[in-house]
Amino acid sequence: MNSFMAWIEKRLPFMDAMNKHAIQYPAPKNFNFWYVFGVLATVILVNQILTGVWLTMNYEPSGEGAFASIEYIMRDVDYGWLLRYMHSTGASAFFIVIYLHMFRGVIYGSYQKPRELLWIFGMLIYLVLMAEAFMGYLLPWGNMSYWGAQVIISLFGAIPVIGEELTIWIKGDYVISGATLNRFFALHVIALPLVLVILVFLHILALHEVGSNNPDGTNIKKPKGSMKPEELSKFTFHEQYTKKYDIVDAIPFHPYYTVKDLVAIVIFLILFSWVMFFAPEGGGYFLEAPNFTPANGLKTPEHIAPVWYFGPFYTVLRVIPEKLIGMIAMFAAIGMLFALPWFDRGVVRSFRYRSKIHLFNLTQFAVCFVALGVLGTMPASDLANLAGRIATFGYFGFFVALWIYSKNERTKPVPERVTG
Amino acid sequence: MKKFILALLAVFPMLAIAAGPSLNLDEAGNDLSDKESLKRGFQSYLNYCLGCHELQYQRYNRTFKDLGIDEAEGVEKWMPTGEKSGDHIKNTMPAKDAAAWFGSSPPDLTLEARFRSPDYIYTYLRTFYVDENRPFGVNNKVFPDVGMPHVLQGLQGIRTINENGELSEAKGGSMTEEEYDAFVRDLTNFLEYTAEPNKLERQNLGYWVIGFLFILLILAYLLKKEYWRDVH
Repeated sequence: MNSFMAWIEKRLPFMDAMNKHAIQYPAPKNFNFWYVFGVLATVILVNQILTGVWLTMNYEPSGEGAFASIEYIMRDVDYGWLLRYMHSTGASAFFIVIYLHMFRGVIYGSYQKPRELLWIFGMLIYLVLMAEAFMGYLLPWGNMSYWGAQVIISLFGAIPVIGEELTIWIKGDYVISGATLNRFFALHVIALPLVLVILVFLHILALHEVGSNNPDGTNIKKPKGSMKPEELSKFTFHEQYTKKYDIVDAIPFHPYYTVKDLVAIVIFLILFSWVMFFAPEGGGYFLEAPNFTPANGLKTPEHIAPVWYFGPFYTVLRVIPEKLIGMIAMFAAIGMLFALPWFDRGVVRSFRYRSKIHLFNLTQFAVCFVALGVLGTMPASDLANLAGRIATFGYFGFFVALWIYSKNERTKPVPERVTG
Repeated sequence: MKKFILALLAVFPMLAIAAGPSLNLDEAGNDLSDKESLKRGFQSYLNYCLGCHELQYQRYNRTFKDLGIDEAEGVEKWMPTGEKSGDHIKNTMPAKDAAAWFGSSPPDLTLEARFRSPDYIYTYLRTFYVDENRPFGVNNKVFPDVGMPHVLQGLQGIRTINENGELSEAKGGSMTEEEYDAFVRDLTNFLEYTAEPNKLERQNLGYWVIGFLFILLILAYLLKKEYWRDVH
């Protein structure tokens, strides 16, 4: 057996890769609650891919058959209802987890140098995930699927000159039809998941190259020879890390964080199962009531709202009266996040050691983002539009304010070593 | 910046009011585990509803099995339409004619309890009232200007509405109010069943899965504690 493993190792250094990325990967020992969402997102990704494969076996991507095939899955396929609920609940859970994962990065400054590219890969994952969710949302061919897609695709019509042509090109028809459903299906089950998996791979590679940040925002890789031997971490790490650095305050990812993450995964699964088994509609937010009637181009639902996870950006779009400017603002809202590493000109990462202004700015940003999300699911009214404009201002204001005060921010001294 | 947060906090409670009045629905109080009630509801559905409203995603044999009806007996007594027991519960009304008769073709009701809600169905079927301006002479409290006639008038009788929008007691039906409410409750129960035939199984499985996860949580926690003794 050993000689067989050695034979493999010589040709494909599998154990070496395992050591580099798990068994001898130095992870800061002070990860807290906020650091579980990356692994939870991975768990959900696997769940979505596996349940997706089995759903695809019974789903029929056509205007005539899609809605009925979902009901076929719900009734006639063995445990089809379970597969479908795992997939639909997983979609919403994915966004909850990703939003928390992103917020972790924001409060602890995990986007700052040298982790800009890591952050960019993360944002690309988020962008592809939104496209993936949008395409998947059309597939049940319910009436909300239909009209939700109608609203989003018609946005592109606001682009001058090419707008109208562009919406027809996207739809593959003059209206949303079986042709649209078919291409969305192809993108949802093949193209985008493939891109997603590749991006996740790059995200993790980029992470392991620069190393994980931590709640203190300190550096656990010190210059080689700068630490006394008794200060070094007592664990064995891969020579790729120890050759160049003195590693302090770190523990190997496996087994310490794998067992810790296992606890987090089980707690997550309990919450997930509770929703999936006892409230799979998620209060009408995960599976919306109008989606229990088939797509009907002549019958508009009383109140068309995008799925909750698009809420924040939908509100930005909606509260701006001019459609084209609204659309630009909506994409800019996502673009700002991409550029976050360059809006922040500070060198202190964690909010623990940054100014009061920064703490306040983070808080108002979180409040505004949640407010935008809530407003996105509500019908438009003067009052909602006013609230939406205030929240939009707060959202963009976060980045501008950050850019201004971070240059000469009055920060606290950052400890050399991690605390706690 | 502070004033934005304050403004948001001030605006939020008002939004709840701005969202508009919701329908006043009566609580159906139906029980999915009550098979006799489901059977009565199924029978009423076949007698009064199926003529116009299909259950095109629900199969006869599945219904028999879930409701505890013997398949041979079901095929003989409980299958007004369809040829094989595996057929979906459909009717023979041509959709085009139906659209001409009622303004729009009567919707399929398999998923109605999930599209609306059981309480909606329960309330809807009990709140028809006289309205001479409508084609069938009746209107409905929760579904204004509905295209459907009061099919159950022979059972419930008919109610009238006063200028305050309050409904009178029903007059002229063959059932008392309690009997009619029970009748509608059974029908509602049956429609909640067809909307998601696996609902009870889903919840039952949920207890087992979550129970298992709690045991796993204890083991995972102990495992973590054991390993992390090296770290602390």
